[in-house]
Amino acid sequence: MLKHIVPGIQNVGHRVIESIWRLGRASRFFILVLLKSGTSLRRFNLVIRELYFTGVLSLIIIVVSGLFVGMVLGLQGYETLQKYGSESAVGTLVALSLVRELGPVVAALLFASRAGSAITAEIGLMKATEQLAAMGMMAVDPIARVVAPRFWAGVISMPFLAAMFSVMGVFGGYLVTVVFIGVDEGSYWSQMQSAVDFRFDILNGFIKSCFFGVAVTAIAVFEGYDAPPTAEGVSGATTRTVVTSSLAILGLDFILTAFMFRGVS
Amino acid sequence: MQRTTMDLWVGLFVITGIAALMVLSLKVGNLNVYNPSQSYVITGNFENIGGLKVRAPVKSAGVVVGRVTDIQFSTQTYDAVVTMSMDSRYLFPKDTFASILTSGLLGEQYIGLAAGGDEAMLKAGDKIMKTNSAMVLEEMIGRFLFDKAAEDDSF
Repeated sequence: MLKHIVPGIQNVGHRVIESIWRLGRASRFFILVLLKSGTSLRRFNLVIRELYFTGVLSLIIIVVSGLFVGMVLGLQGYETLQKYGSESAVGTLVALSLVRELGPVVAALLFASRAGSAITAEIGLMKATEQLAAMGMMAVDPIARVVAPRFWAGVISMPFLAAMFSVMGVFGGYLVTVVFIGVDEGSYWSQMQSAVDFRFDILNGFIKSCFFGVAVTAIAVFEGYDAPPTAEGVSGATTRTVVTSSLAILGLDFILTAFMFRGVS
Repeated sequence: MQRTTMDLWVGLFVITGIAALMVLSLKVGNLNVYNPSQSYVITGNFENIGGLKVRAPVKSAGVVVGRVTDIQFSTQTYDAVVTMSMDSRYLFPKDTFASILTSGLLGEQYIGLAAGGDEAMLKAGDKIMKTNSAMVLEEMIGRFLFDKAAEDDSF
């Protein structure tokens, strides 16, 4: 009996200790990236190149999903609100749910699976093919040259992508409710404008997306840099990036929401 | 030159991002409606504020003229002290009447101002003397039942 239980407990303990080790390494790595990002900000061309790959190429998926999420919100919101005769409030529903929650969160989830996984795979493969080691041999710091530009590109592009997602969603809601169903256009915009506050809704959504950008790219670059230098290791790291950053986004979202909207109606 | 086209796309991306933020703050939000930099603060004591919340609008004749910035409970008078930040374009006489009203049947509560006839205007830091509390449904029903009972007794 004991023969079977003891190795099981040992296994659990080993995993816990291993994950604490990884967390410590990840924190140290994050500090290192921040310390060495001075070079990448001075050579901004490197960041612009990564902005193209993480930001511009994510545009299509962000815009299209934003449009569809807004359209679905408009349809569902209309279905429910017209039971109470207040279908003119559908603009408020669409805008508030997008700006406060769905915009930052869904855009960050898409960003994690679209750009985060690519960053991990790229850095992991660079490590597997010993390109990072070769850079070290040439006295080029791989963290400053490879990791930091990708990190900053992700941090910069995330708030923009979230804002575009929200705008497209509001437009999608407008398209469905006003153009197709026939809710009054004036009340759609005016109810929205009187309910959405710049400081409490838009600025808080913006701050959220900045946090998500830092979390997703930090996880992505760490997983890539820490990946075992094998084909299997890189594929495992890519999976872990998507899983970990999705969980981090949702957890962070709860914490940030609790801080921002507590006591504010 | 691969670099220049990439720069162009990134520039477009940043411009679209900033444009999206502008659209959010101007078209979706209400950034332009109310500018708190040009405002003056007045207070009013209410016996019962009902469901009034911070950030609720202060309206006169249906036009938003300010916002509730703070609600405190006073232990000197045992009533609620509501602080309002008013748009400095709109000045109100000293004997303005403030009451807590509800927009629609189940809508949010706001402060309605009805201007009085005094020559002197309310200045920053002044207190509105004439206030009317919020309607509380239970009190209203209670009063109605009480009146009804009194009516029945008289017959």
